[in-house]
Amino acid sequence: MKILITAQGDFVAPRFDLTAEVVIATVESGVLAGKPRTIIMDRPSPEDLSNLIMEEGISMVICGGIEDRQYQFLTWKKIRVIDFVIGDHESALNRVLAGELQSGDMLPLTRGDLSL
Amino acid sequence: MMKKTYAVPGEVVLDDLLAGFPHASAVLDEGFKIVTLNRLFEALTGYGHDIAVGVYADFILRSNMGNSRGQIFQRVVETGETATVEGDIINRGRKRIPVRFTVSPLHTRRGSHARGLLLVAEDISALHATGQTTLYRDWSTDIIGHSPKMQAVFEIMPLMARTDASILITGETGTGKDKIAETIHRNSPRGKFQFIKINCGALPPDLLESELFGHVKGAFTGAVRDKLGMFKLADRGTIFLTEIGDMPLPLQVKLLSILDDRAFYPVGGERKEKVDVRVIAATHRSLREQVECGAFREDLFYRLNVLQIHLPPLREREGDIRFLLDYFLKDYATRLGKEVQSFSETALDLLLNYHYPGNIRELRNIVEYCANVCRETKIEKDDLPRYLFEQGRDNHATAGPLAPAGKEARADTRAGTSSETKASGDNWPAVEREMILQTLKTTRGNRSKAAEMLGWGRTTLWRKIVLYGLDEPAGSRGEKR
Repeated sequence: MKILITAQGDFVAPRFDLTAEVVIATVESGVLAGKPRTIIMDRPSPEDLSNLIMEEGISMVICGGIEDRQYQFLTWKKIRVIDFVIGDHESALNRVLAGELQSGDMLPLTRGDLSL
Repeated sequence: MMKKTYAVPGEVVLDDLLAGFPHASAVLDEGFKIVTLNRLFEALTGYGHDIAVGVYADFILRSNMGNSRGQIFQRVVETGETATVEGDIINRGRKRIPVRFTVSPLHTRRGSHARGLLLVAEDISALHATGQTTLYRDWSTDIIGHSPKMQAVFEIMPLMARTDASILITGETGTGKDKIAETIHRNSPRGKFQFIKINCGALPPDLLESELFGHVKGAFTGAVRDKLGMFKLADRGTIFLTEIGDMPLPLQVKLLSILDDRAFYPVGGERKEKVDVRVIAATHRSLREQVECGAFREDLFYRLNVLQIHLPPLREREGDIRFLLDYFLKDYATRLGKEVQSFSETALDLLLNYHYPGNIRELRNIVEYCANVCRETKIEKDDLPRYLFEQGRDNHATAGPLAPAGKEARADTRAGTSSETKASGDNWPAVEREMILQTLKTTRGNRSKAAEMLGWGRTTLWRKIVLYGLDEPAGSRGEKR
């Protein structure tokens, strides 16, 4: 299974449509298979990002805010979308591997000493 | 009681200050994290005070103002000058809202360096809607009609926009209840605030309660955090409760208490939430009949029925069918880049004499079909959906202006027999209904498996089952007829 996380630096990008950087992780039998790879896109574009998701055969997308149109498109394509996640993408990935990540989750690193 | 936040101990209560602002506002600290926010900010973003405080502002706002790494905030702190930027946000409802942001520095008495920021986010959706050009405007914001019955509706609408009383909109499916509600909201003093629509018939009762009133963390299994309800999101705006006739009785009691007290308890909550919301309700059912049979509370009916608009079905709107056919044809021709310009006499004759049980929605879909199928400049009989010919004769027989079947037209049409479904091969709802039935047969009525096979969530399947009347026992449907 492949998981894509929209990223902005160390964090889950606040918006799907403004994302220019994604982290793709491959999971086999519930554990990470290798180091997640980062892809920098030419420009932020929800269409390009959706195409990338299709081409890469992604099964799950973890992102921040996403417009309903794009959300419906991805779920229609049978891709699970965990949206409105706030926090660093490494924690998000760990949580999803533990089966504990849900839409709207705010991860521990979000508050306090946040440096952007 | 919410904890008070002081800018400087003993001086100003920031919460009180922000409460007086007419726009969504928040105070940020030097690290651009939210210190406090007002109710409108909660309504705009969908995040409550307790969740948002302490979080970096753009994670909550999700704006496109070019502030992804705090550049604009940083600039305001450094220059000490207020910045105004137009952009949009994506709220928790996955809706994009155009917003004008104003970011101002906040100083303390002792130092010249900014110690925080005041962020004001003004919802400018209404401005954007009126600024759209004719070519690209969304037709859904328009209401079209020249018939005397529609003129009477148009005359009463400005009066309804000026008052703050509850409105009940009645009318068959597809008559434009949603558009009337939104137009009244946009033209009312609440127009610059949120317009939240929720279909009371589309969600299971427990989920509907949570959606409407929100819940607190731990209220039920899966409630892992506080969630603001639609009433809270619509604060100072309008909430549009469509298919109010389908609202379960226990929730009707709660709705009544909101209308009376302007306050409610979220699911599992102990703190009473105050809201200032105008309620517009709509239904295709006769609420009086529902009151008589005990399915709808009489006191709520009178509370909602302060002002009433009845939207006439299309078959009672003399002259509007022709007008709407031409309007939608022009609209779709432009959108699709087609050269189709008019209807042939035969096609027009058929269309003008059709019964339109689905009203304007059905008429629009027919025109969209024709505009897609037609390869010439004139729409011929062959370009029309086939079900018009097959059902046409029956419709003519009952197409009198006061046809008794009209009141339950939606239920009867959608929940038609399988022979009717097969006859309307070009009608997507009928095909979809048949598809659901077949899948449920395959799974022996197991909805979870059926939803999986159809590639939908269980809620989507449930909503469609209700929509097509598949959950009603065969006997009860028969009695209606």
